[in-house]
Amino acid sequence: MPAVSMTVNGKAVTADVDIRTLLVQFLRENLRLTGTHVGCDTSQCGACVVHLDGIAVKSCTTLAVQAEGCTVLTIEGLAAPNGPLHPMQEAFREHHGLQCGFCTPGMVMTAVDMVRRKGNELDEKTIRHELDGNLCRCTGYHNIVKAIAAGARAMKGA
Amino acid sequence: MSATGIGAAVRRKEDLRFITGKGQYTDDISRPGETRAVFLRSPHAHAKIKRVDTKAAAAMPGVIAVLTGADLAQDKIGNLICGWMIHSKDGSPMKMAPHPAIAANKVCCVGDQVAVVIAETLAEGKDAAEKIKVDYEVLPAVVDAAKAQSAPAIHESAPKNTIYQWHLGDAKAVDAAIKSAKHVTRLDIVNNRLVPNAMEPRVAIAEYDSGTDNLTLWNTTQNPHVARLVISAFVGMAPEHKLRVIAPDVGGGFGSKIFIYPEEVVCLWAARLVGRPVKWTSDRSEAFVADAHGRDHITHAEMAFGEGGKITAIKVKTIANLGAYMSTFSSSVPTYLYATLLSGQYDIPAIYCEVDAVYTNTAPVDAYRGAGRPEATFVVERLVEVGAREEGMDPAELRRKNFIKTFPHQTPVIMNYDAGDYGASLKKALDLADVKGFDKRKRESERAGKLRGLGYSSYIEACGIAPSQAVGSLGCGVGLWESAEVRVNPTGSVEVLTGSHSHGQGHETTFAQLVSERLSIPIENVSVVHGDTDKVQFGMGTYGSRSGAVGMSAVVKALDKVEAKAKKVAAYMMEAAEGDIVFKDGKFTVAGTDKSVAWGDVTLNAYIAHKFAGSQLEPGLKEGAFYDPTNFTFPAGCHICEVEIDPETGNTEIVGWTAVDDFGTVVNPMIVEGQVHGGVAQGIGQALLESAIYNAEGQLVSGSFMDYTMPRAENLPSLKVDTTMTKCPSNPLGIKGCGEAGAIAAPAAVVNAITDAIGSEDLAMPATPPAVWAAIRKAAKMQKAA
Ligand code: FES
Ligand code: FES
Repeated sequence: MPAVSMTVNGKAVTADVDIRTLLVQFLRENLRLTGTHVGCDTSQCGACVVHLDGIAVKSCTTLAVQAEGCTVLTIEGLAAPNGPLHPMQEAFREHHGLQCGFCTPGMVMTAVDMVRRKGNELDEKTIRHELDGNLCRCTGYHNIVKAIAAGARAMKGA
Repeated sequence: MSATGIGAAVRRKEDLRFITGKGQYTDDISRPGETRAVFLRSPHAHAKIKRVDTKAAAAMPGVIAVLTGADLAQDKIGNLICGWMIHSKDGSPMKMAPHPAIAANKVCCVGDQVAVVIAETLAEGKDAAEKIKVDYEVLPAVVDAAKAQSAPAIHESAPKNTIYQWHLGDAKAVDAAIKSAKHVTRLDIVNNRLVPNAMEPRVAIAEYDSGTDNLTLWNTTQNPHVARLVISAFVGMAPEHKLRVIAPDVGGGFGSKIFIYPEEVVCLWAARLVGRPVKWTSDRSEAFVADAHGRDHITHAEMAFGEGGKITAIKVKTIANLGAYMSTFSSSVPTYLYATLLSGQYDIPAIYCEVDAVYTNTAPVDAYRGAGRPEATFVVERLVEVGAREEGMDPAELRRKNFIKTFPHQTPVIMNYDAGDYGASLKKALDLADVKGFDKRKRESERAGKLRGLGYSSYIEACGIAPSQAVGSLGCGVGLWESAEVRVNPTGSVEVLTGSHSHGQGHETTFAQLVSERLSIPIENVSVVHGDTDKVQFGMGTYGSRSGAVGMSAVVKALDKVEAKAKKVAAYMMEAAEGDIVFKDGKFTVAGTDKSVAWGDVTLNAYIAHKFAGSQLEPGLKEGAFYDPTNFTFPAGCHICEVEIDPETGNTEIVGWTAVDDFGTVVNPMIVEGQVHGGVAQGIGQALLESAIYNAEGQLVSGSFMDYTMPRAENLPSLKVDTTMTKCPSNPLGIKGCGEAGAIAAPAAVVNAITDAIGSEDLAMPATPPAVWAAIRKAAKMQKAA
């Protein structure tokens, strides 16, 4: 079994893993970071989105060994420990952008990456288009769209 | 209204853990020493199992056990059951075929469980499952409900694959009305089969403690107590008091997590056999074939009209596909949750409905958001709309003419509507949707080469499920009351234990709002406990938009008792007569004096009990209640959909959506709007995108998110959501329920809008671009020929 090392939420981690271990399995099972979810097996739903070296990836479609030497950020590491919530997290709560919460970590991580790529002023059309890789069955996306627009704006000040 | 009381848009208490990744869903739980279960599933829709050879699999690394249907039968594990008895017209009981948790002799649908591997790791389990050899004798399959009754029987006990032939209403009166009608509108309707697809796949973890002989099941369920009852009393897994079911955070349900499934039964059984915890997590591909599906009706419907567009009768014949086995509540969906709503919002003197439920070689079909009521609304609202078009009447006007205007109103199909104002929601919707400006918008679309259409859906549903006596008389195997317990702590904070279960609905907030308002205590001082049979005494769970109307009513009843007891304590404290104590704004006052004690003083005194002898009054402050509703509730409203269609591609864009709903009292408008959004999205999904498609061999062709079109953000519009209000007179808070409305209202609104735009009624759901394109072409050809 190969050893894999990476930095997850600011902490260096090393483990021996079966070569076929997915990054999401590594996060959930080895590190017990269960905020990253698995909603499908065809890379469609985005429940598993994390940041790999600052870029959003689907951790269900990434092998743990591919993250060797990388920096991984999950929903658990988005806000500084004991600090305030990240503005995007706050916006999801404020705008009721979640119901069951299962898609939420992936939505929030995708939204933060959307701001990185598209800036702080996001219109509805852009947000809806950019959410192509994230499924939510509860909210009808209406409030997720509102939350992302507000969160993006709030990130400017943060 | 207080800032955190009933009617306030309080931000949700549960959100902090979800937005920080600290929610605890079942798959997030890992038990020490846990093993993983991997199911081998049938690749055939219908086949005899001749032999299952597990030898090679058992020898694979990491394998602890390989178990089959024969092992299950040997251990006398009971079959899964359907808990609602329906009788056919001729009085015979429904034909419930045996449904073992692992198939022993034959498989009846793709995905049927054939064996299970219990292994150290998931990967080892999967590897081993591939080594199980099964000899099948493939049998012909039937997937289409229309052909089921002429196909060879799947189950010996159900000749002609017919489960029941049920009816409701007055056939003679309906036939007479149709005969003497001025006009009859006739429609053939297919209500497409859907896959619920909650984003969290199902999970079961079972653990056996040989020291106490206790079994625990962590499970993605909407109703842990019902699961415990069925698994104990019918499956015979363990006595009820030796089985604990925990439903932690659950990632959406929409009905699909009500049912008792084979996998949880197998995990419990295997956990005892191997002496270690057993965990099963569904893959999405597995979920597509192993979760119960929804809808799947074939219907012929007729609506008779008299002078001036007066509806005089509805006649409906439906074939309902229940799949390969009868799922837990499957029998009730196309009967008492369907035909009883065929009066819609209208005063219709005569209604008759016949339903044949059939077996096919497909996944079982059961309740999915709305369950029967979306199907009924689709029938009624399509008939009304098409009737208006055929009669050259304004569809809004035709509806208005036929609305029920006085309450209570007894329909010819069991239901007694208690309150509503259908004209009010229609009027508000017409204004909000700017229907007056539609013609102008249509001309603009035409100038751009596009078609534009407008569709209404004035839906009604029966929620707040349900009065136990009523459902009992209709065949339901359980009572549908709800329970609550209010535990007041010495320091005045409160725990509410409820039998309702939240899997996205936000009960931790709304239930706390109720308590905060009633006791005038900060919402932070209230916590809501649910989803654990060891904590909550009993409960019927959450479905049928029942948590507000029934679950919260139980909390009200318990709060009444708490207040009464607290008044007694206050009376002792102030040496006053109990009858003179008034409780208001968190204070107990002796009427007509300025003597008062605060909530916290009373709660503390209730526990220290120094002011009264135990012989006078029991110490403590904790009360429980069971609330059984006196009637169903009847949420209703009007949704208006506006579409623009590109005739060159058949692509439909929803350019406007207006929802005006009457939910009675709204506890939290933010949460209620969210429920409408989600419901409408699922309804639009059914109308435009979603379809579970089986090929003739019974293979599920749309069996992944690559093939089954889930609504994505780009497919959906922003929604205008508003309410009107008539209080529900049948429960103390006046709540009607809001969870299913959107899914019930939306499909008819969409299809009415598209058919309005293209000028043809010949269109089935989902109205995909190729389907709409073909309908436009077909209509043009027919016009040419005519
Ligand atoms: S779990 Fe990664 S996309 Fe669905
Ligand atoms: S909030 Fe439930 S799936 Fe998005």
